[in-house]
Amino acid sequence: MRFMLLFSRQGKLRLQKWYTATAERDKKKMVRELMQVVLARKPKMCSFLEWRDLKIVYKRYASLYFCCAVEEQDNELITLEVIHRFVELLDKYFGSVCELDIIFNFEKAYFILDEFLMGGEIQDTSKKSVLKAIEQADLLQEVLIYCYIDQVDL
Amino acid sequence: MRMPAPIRLRELIRTIRTARTQAEEREMIQKECAAIRSSFREEDNTYRCRNVAKLLYMHMLGYPAHFGQLECLKLIASQKFTDKRIGYLGAMLLLDERQDVHLLMTNCIKNDLNHSTQYVQGLALCTLGCMGSSEMCRDLAGEVEKLLKTSNSYLRKKAALCAVHVIRKVPELMEMFLPATKNLLSEKNHGVLHTSVVLLTEMCERSPDMLSHFRKLVPQLVRILKNLIMSGYSPEHDVSGISDPFLQVRILRLLRILGKGDDDSSEAMNDILAQVATNTETSKNVGNAILYETVLTIMDIKSESGLRVLAINILGRFLLNNDKNIRYVALTSLLKTVQTDHNAVQRHRSTIVDCLKDLDVSIKRRAMELSFALVNGNNIRGMMKELLYFLDSCDPDFKADCASGIFLAAEKYAPSKRWHIDTIMRVLTTAGSYVRDDSVPNLIQLITNSVEMHAYTVQRLYKALLDDISQQPLVQVASWCIGEYGDLLVSGQCEEEEPIQVSEDEVLDVLEGLLVSNLSTPVTRGYSLTAIMKLSTRFSSLNRIKKVVSIYGSSIDVELQQRAVEYNALFKKYDHMRPALLERMPIMEKTATNGPSETVQTNGETDSTILDTKHLPSISQPASQANDLLDLLGGNDVVPIIQTTVPTKPASAGGELLDLLGDLSLTGGPTPTPASSVPMSQPPFLLDGLTSQPLFNDIAAVIPPMTAYNKNGLIIEFTFERSNPNPNIAVITIHATNSTEADMTEFVFQAAVPKTFQLQLLSPSSNVVPAFNQGSVTQVIRVLNPQKVRCYCEPRTHSASYRSRSSEISPFVLKHLQKSDECLSGAKLNIAKLKLRAASH
Repeated sequence: MRFMLLFSRQGKLRLQKWYTATAERDKKKMVRELMQVVLARKPKMCSFLEWRDLKIVYKRYASLYFCCAVEEQDNELITLEVIHRFVELLDKYFGSVCELDIIFNFEKAYFILDEFLMGGEIQDTSKKSVLKAIEQADLLQEVLIYCYIDQVDL
Repeated sequence: MRMPAPIRLRELIRTIRTARTQAEEREMIQKECAAIRSSFREEDNTYRCRNVAKLLYMHMLGYPAHFGQLECLKLIASQKFTDKRIGYLGAMLLLDERQDVHLLMTNCIKNDLNHSTQYVQGLALCTLGCMGSSEMCRDLAGEVEKLLKTSNSYLRKKAALCAVHVIRKVPELMEMFLPATKNLLSEKNHGVLHTSVVLLTEMCERSPDMLSHFRKLVPQLVRILKNLIMSGYSPEHDVSGISDPFLQVRILRLLRILGKGDDDSSEAMNDILAQVATNTETSKNVGNAILYETVLTIMDIKSESGLRVLAINILGRFLLNNDKNIRYVALTSLLKTVQTDHNAVQRHRSTIVDCLKDLDVSIKRRAMELSFALVNGNNIRGMMKELLYFLDSCDPDFKADCASGIFLAAEKYAPSKRWHIDTIMRVLTTAGSYVRDDSVPNLIQLITNSVEMHAYTVQRLYKALLDDISQQPLVQVASWCIGEYGDLLVSGQCEEEEPIQVSEDEVLDVLEGLLVSNLSTPVTRGYSLTAIMKLSTRFSSLNRIKKVVSIYGSSIDVELQQRAVEYNALFKKYDHMRPALLERMPIMEKTATNGPSETVQTNGETDSTILDTKHLPSISQPASQANDLLDLLGGNDVVPIIQTTVPTKPASAGGELLDLLGDLSLTGGPTPTPASSVPMSQPPFLLDGLTSQPLFNDIAAVIPPMTAYNKNGLIIEFTFERSNPNPNIAVITIHATNSTEADMTEFVFQAAVPKTFQLQLLSPSSNVVPAFNQGSVTQVIRVLNPQKVRCYCEPRTHSASYRSRSSEISPFVLKHLQKSDECLSGAKLNIAKLKLRAASH
């Protein structure tokens, strides 16, 4: 996987994870273009498209588009499952996740993503395992805040 | 006084979202940024984390956040877990390997890789594994390798993926991870298993040695896969009733790489592949994802034919799936295998053709490509029906490709000439404005060569014109045909269908209509004017034609004007030549770049430039070049050269190649003139209308060699012979020798010929004629003189320092190339010109 984007129907970016080194300017350009392309797609169309030299896999969940760019040899169908797994993780963590959760807790969404994928590949195929790790890390954060006066939450 | 605490992250997000305009938002952001900046300046440790988090939010909205980069590093270096978490996140979002700053992270990461808390270690591994630069990877590879051997599965799985990133960045480091891979697959933990398979895949893809080394893992991989399929329900890894599909897919992919090109490995995985292919539940996407990967693997390894057929059949079933994503991947895969497993894919042809009617653009495109790949002699009629229907109804984006594909397929597999022409007609009438430019000359050639269909073709085209003159390619082909075969049209000779009654005037009405219509492009107008002209030898309404031609002699359109003027001249001064010039075109042989054609004739010379399918050149170019050169030479009394009328032009100006076909001999004899394309490969020719002595016919078939030039120590000799495949072409070899004391450098031979000639100058052996006759420069010239015209030549020498006529020119002549009775008198034409730029002069 080269990158993953989350954006709303209005074209607002909610999350961007890049797994290849890309210049800031190029990132912005690509995001803008790709959002346009995906948002223009009609509901009946399939979830895959070719854009530039990449394969794009996208899926819409409520008001959010989850969009991944994968390599030539990657299996598009399993990528859809990867996206779905990520949504399930968010859902479990936030309890019936909606876009607002991701807006107000974007750093947590990133933490979950970084516990699930690394370098574009799945770290752990067990939902339980990933959620447990996040839970433990959150706990660590809480405990430390409780113990130390100069630790504050965000 | 204690500064107020910086506003909280969620508070800020809430505030920013209340902004009603972009300007308002920008203002809020700027205000907050200023506050954050001053906070950074004060080195406030307590709230650094909060401030950076806010900065990351604003960065996501698109605002600059570079001033937070160093702060991220400070957070990473902090001992507080919250700090580290935000710091590493910030590093991944704001930093990349292009900034030198990122290297400062290396030490922190190193420390954190050895931290006592596994979640801190995890953060470090994740950051390194996502964005580590080559230098960082080099520095820290050892740490990663250590962690790859740990018994802590949480860390081990992350270390494996981190190693993947290290290898991608610094492939040479691959070796050092080899020992650690020893027991990776014995793990029970699925996370470790999955990431290990990814690591092994990466290594095998990058190194053939690694690939051979890891082949021994095939049995183990097969076993793991088998366990996954056979094992009962495992809640932790279950997805819609399938056990760990992600791991299954990764294993299948690794098996693909290991089995490719290796008989033993392929054999070892045969059974499991068959098992997966037949047992996987297909009701949900996840099952199909596994099947898809299985199919890809079967097709890539050396599987037995039964398995391959099984795979194709899976794809066939995919095509019938309601889920368009599944149909999409099926078509993509079939496209990849259609060459190797053609027959198997053919069985699914009708399903594929049905996909042409799909609503999704990507599916339609693939179905179209696949359909063209499946067309053969047996199914051409049926397939073409579907494809023509598709052409009618598809999006404009597709029409050009579809039309081209149809033409190609029709050319290859047309069951009859009539069918072929009907198909072309259909394409031109339904998608006429989308066909590629080069289709027009191709079609014209096809029509010309279908001699028995001429009457039918012209009739159909004429009827099409009556309906619609907006589609230019159709109009161009139609005009050309009417010009050629108008006599057949009015005489009502059609055999294939009911002949229509049409009078000469009606035909001329149509053609003149094209000339005046707003819908016609300039190119089309050119076609139609030429067609009208041609009809002057086929129709009897001469006066009318003369009138039209003379009107256009003052057309604003330069192209049209030139043609009209020349045609006028034909009427007035060269009327005796008109019948010969406007005769029927002979059969052309195709020098095709468009797919295979049985009658491709090569020229003998292989260093010809690309033989274009643009047979018919734009005529104006050489004319204007000639005019330029005439000016250069101080003007000459050149008799206007009567161009052989090339009635057609390609829709695009492909003027560089003066293709033979355009200027072919119009003798139209029983034997078709071989169409050897003689492209001009030289820059503008110098045309000079100097008078010189005529030469008598050389009746001998062989022309003896002659000294063409002998002056100032430079001797140039010509030797002649006929070209073997095409006796109309004379091959002249020039030998230049230099008896002076100095080398003659920058020796360039140029030649100019009248437009009835075709000349090809091949590369000379050298540009330097050595002194003292120590060597010679040789160059081959091929000349085609289709009109068997007498030709006069004169050499000229040119020195860099002066550009005037030298009076001491020794004339020589290019002799007649063929016995000829029809010399054009008064056509003063050709001069071979020598251009000599000697460094010593």
